[in-house]
Amino acid sequence: MSYIAKPSAHHPALPRNALGLTRRDYEGSMSTLCAGCGHDSITAAIIEACYEMDLPAHRIAKISGIGCSSKAPTYFLSRSHGFNSVHGRMPSVTTGANMANRDLYYIGVSGDGDTASIGLGQFCHAVRRRLNMTYIVMNNGCYGLTKGQFSATNDKNSPSKKGEANPFDAIDLCQLAIQLGAGFVARSFSGDKRQLLPLIQAAISYKGFAFIDVVSPCVTFNNHPASTKSYEYVRMHNMASENKLDYVEPQEEITAEYAEGTSTAVELHDGSQLMLYKVDGGHDPRDSDAAIHTIRTNAAKGTVVTGLLYVNEDQQDLHDVLGTDERPLNALPMSELCPGSKALEGINARLR
Amino acid sequence: MSGINDFVIKFATVNGSGSASANTMVAKTLFRMGIPVSPKNIFPSNIQGLPTWYEVRVSEAGYLARRDGIDLMVAMNPQTYAEDLAEVVPGGWLLYDSSMPRIWPRDDITLLPIPIAQICAKQWTDARQRQLFKNMVYVGALVELLSMDMEALKGVISDQLKGKEKLMTANLQAVDLGRAYAREHFSCPLAIHARAAEGAKGKIMVTGNDAGGLAAVYGGATVCAWYPITPSTSLPEAYEKYARRLRVTKEGKRLFSIVQAEDELAAIGVAIGGGWNGARSFTATSGPGISLMSEFLGLAYFAEVPVVLFNIQRGGPSTGMPTRTGQPDIISCAYASHGDTKHVLLFPADPTEVFSMGADAFDLAELLQTPVMVMSDLDIGMNDWMTDPFTWDDNKEQSRGKVLSAEQLEAFKTVKGKPWGRYLDVDGDAIPYRTLPGTHPSMGSFFTRGTSHDEYARYTEDGRIHQRVIDRIRRKFDTAATVVPKPEIDIRDKNSKTGIIYFGATRPAVLEGLDELERAGVRLNAMRLRAFPFNEDVKAFCDAHDQVFVLEQNRDAQMRSLLITEADIPANKLIAMLSYDGMPTTAAFVRKAALAHLHPEKAAAAE
Repeated sequence: MSYIAKPSAHHPALPRNALGLTRRDYEGSMSTLCAGCGHDSITAAIIEACYEMDLPAHRIAKISGIGCSSKAPTYFLSRSHGFNSVHGRMPSVTTGANMANRDLYYIGVSGDGDTASIGLGQFCHAVRRRLNMTYIVMNNGCYGLTKGQFSATNDKNSPSKKGEANPFDAIDLCQLAIQLGAGFVARSFSGDKRQLLPLIQAAISYKGFAFIDVVSPCVTFNNHPASTKSYEYVRMHNMASENKLDYVEPQEEITAEYAEGTSTAVELHDGSQLMLYKVDGGHDPRDSDAAIHTIRTNAAKGTVVTGLLYVNEDQQDLHDVLGTDERPLNALPMSELCPGSKALEGINARLR
Repeated sequence: MSGINDFVIKFATVNGSGSASANTMVAKTLFRMGIPVSPKNIFPSNIQGLPTWYEVRVSEAGYLARRDGIDLMVAMNPQTYAEDLAEVVPGGWLLYDSSMPRIWPRDDITLLPIPIAQICAKQWTDARQRQLFKNMVYVGALVELLSMDMEALKGVISDQLKGKEKLMTANLQAVDLGRAYAREHFSCPLAIHARAAEGAKGKIMVTGNDAGGLAAVYGGATVCAWYPITPSTSLPEAYEKYARRLRVTKEGKRLFSIVQAEDELAAIGVAIGGGWNGARSFTATSGPGISLMSEFLGLAYFAEVPVVLFNIQRGGPSTGMPTRTGQPDIISCAYASHGDTKHVLLFPADPTEVFSMGADAFDLAELLQTPVMVMSDLDIGMNDWMTDPFTWDDNKEQSRGKVLSAEQLEAFKTVKGKPWGRYLDVDGDAIPYRTLPGTHPSMGSFFTRGTSHDEYARYTEDGRIHQRVIDRIRRKFDTAATVVPKPEIDIRDKNSKTGIIYFGATRPAVLEGLDELERAGVRLNAMRLRAFPFNEDVKAFCDAHDQVFVLEQNRDAQMRSLLITEADIPANKLIAMLSYDGMPTTAAFVRKAALAHLHPEKAAAAE
């Protein structure tokens, strides 16, 4: 049995957000992933982010591919429509959904196998298309459902549970996303909710392609101390400790605290801000070359740089490029879509 | 020997030389003279330098199938001189560029030598012009030889050169040079020639892909994703062309979206994403694309997502013959994807039907919540067809299928007596009600999945539920059979126990072939399939006949298999009639194949 509904009763004293909804209203069914799975922490962060942002859950579409990660959308936002598509193809399904209705929030959930192997092409082209979506990779460096094979994001020489070392180089999805023109690129760690939460909130607010690669240890197949995707390794080698973030919603007053010399305010299209302070080494997230340099030099030292790596505050999205109407295409009446018999007479005349 | 308004002219040229537009002008001019014409472009999978042919059949009787036996060959390509010469019927003509001396080893045809290159070299200094206007010189010669209407030709040239009026004078100059040469050196017109007629009046000339793109505009499609593949490419391009003309607001905003995807997998994925989200969505592809799209088609089938796919079939297997026609994807489309799947197929016979069926496909996909494939082919899709004008009923009832609004969701239980479940068969037609993302703050959300699910879209590994759900989806096909286009039945003889089943582009060959058979004393009743699943008329037609030919353009008699499997027609009744050389089927093929089976002695004697 892989579907466990949660009881729907709420404690009357649960706090409510501006929409009058409790955190519970943003949850999904019971997770069927392994106890301690990093993916569940990401799920919790998504729930928290949407609750705090007062998002109407039914205005969110959650779309995934295949794999442990892609099951996760069942475990959050039960009031949202979800689409668990086919392996590696979440980006194309999300593209079509977004073309049909530009007014929804799109959260795509994928895994490292789903994105870096079978779906690498679709991932690249979704980035190129500047799709307005939040693309979250729950990255554990291995295939869970088929019992622990290496994935393409697994670091070279990182050993499997059985001690076999991975002979191939890893694909770094953040570097790739930056190269291909993603407007918002971040990396985080499932065990660092304090960092992950504002990143998810900012990614959702971002208009354009927002990508978050979340290292999410696989407790069953890839959480032994030698693995570079284990809790232990990432906690020891995470550069995030000095890189703190806050997400400020548009309506909130920006307090003086953020004006310190060590902070950077990243303003997003909807007026919200992502405050970064004490960014390590003065990394400017608007500089894509510097972002790639930071990722590469740290990777060479075995360090995982987390936080907001790159942002282009003024990106055009696919609809801007296509020049589509402001109204969602799926809501246009047939009377506006079908040119009718009179126009057809003109077309026939040209073909005579 | 053919005669007035009854002949075939063939142009043998090199691709990339500009001959295609000149040849089209000849066909269009004859068409504007009111004479039924049927052009076939036989082209290589190449950009420049390889042999290409263009045949135009002229038939006042209205026979539009391709016909073997060339009356007049315009032989402009030395690479293919030998085979082009061989195709001319005894008593026919061969027009060639005589700038270089050449010997043609046949004495039963008339040669029409014109020093085309020399004429052009004398007239123009620019190398490109010398090359391009060669085509217009032979067009000019044909004006005299075939007695074509010069005013009609002028109109065609002017239409084709819209925006490049400066070229008009030079083109007409080339035509005049050809005319003058022909008048001076040959006895014009030839025995085969054109005469103004009525048969083409009121018709249009258009390709099926142009019609398909227009169908998607009229059918209300707002999401299109595609990947370039011959021979389907011009369909999404036509969609964009017409949508830019007909679907842009005063403010310049587009009421459509089109994306050239990275591959066919993405193309169908985008279309399915759009269909899931309530937009009418489509893609267009050909055989190899069907293979790539199969996994996604299975998802759309099982998750019940409406989507339309235009399959412009070409010769397979594998890359096969990308620039030749065929009907080899019947089985791969009917059952596309692993597991138990079955898809709705429509079989248009000409561009007019591509338009009407193409638009209807969007209604059917939403009504049935499943992929619908419009099975065109290279012949219909890329050749110009003389066909009936497009029509549209402005009063047609517009339905988007069973999609619930917020109010309908709230009232669902009261109205239907059952709670809403995405995959619950409430009405007994096996079609459930769907909801779109963003409809209601707290009702109607569900998880769309390709994994097995219950009536409420919840994951299940319970075999009984799984079976119940896939049985219901199968029952949906019974409903589909009642709403898809019915076959077109032509009873030529109530007492005849022999029939023929056909579909798609072979219609002109069958209509003409049956006329020829009738003249030979053999009368066949005919049924043109227009859709799968088959409705009861299909079975009734087979029941009423002892033997039924099944004409199709593939090696393995795929439609015959489908009839046996899906309509329970006894195999021994169905006689495969197969034409799969990549060329449009001819009436002679139909006649000979039927006679060979029915009267082998007569057929042998006739050969």
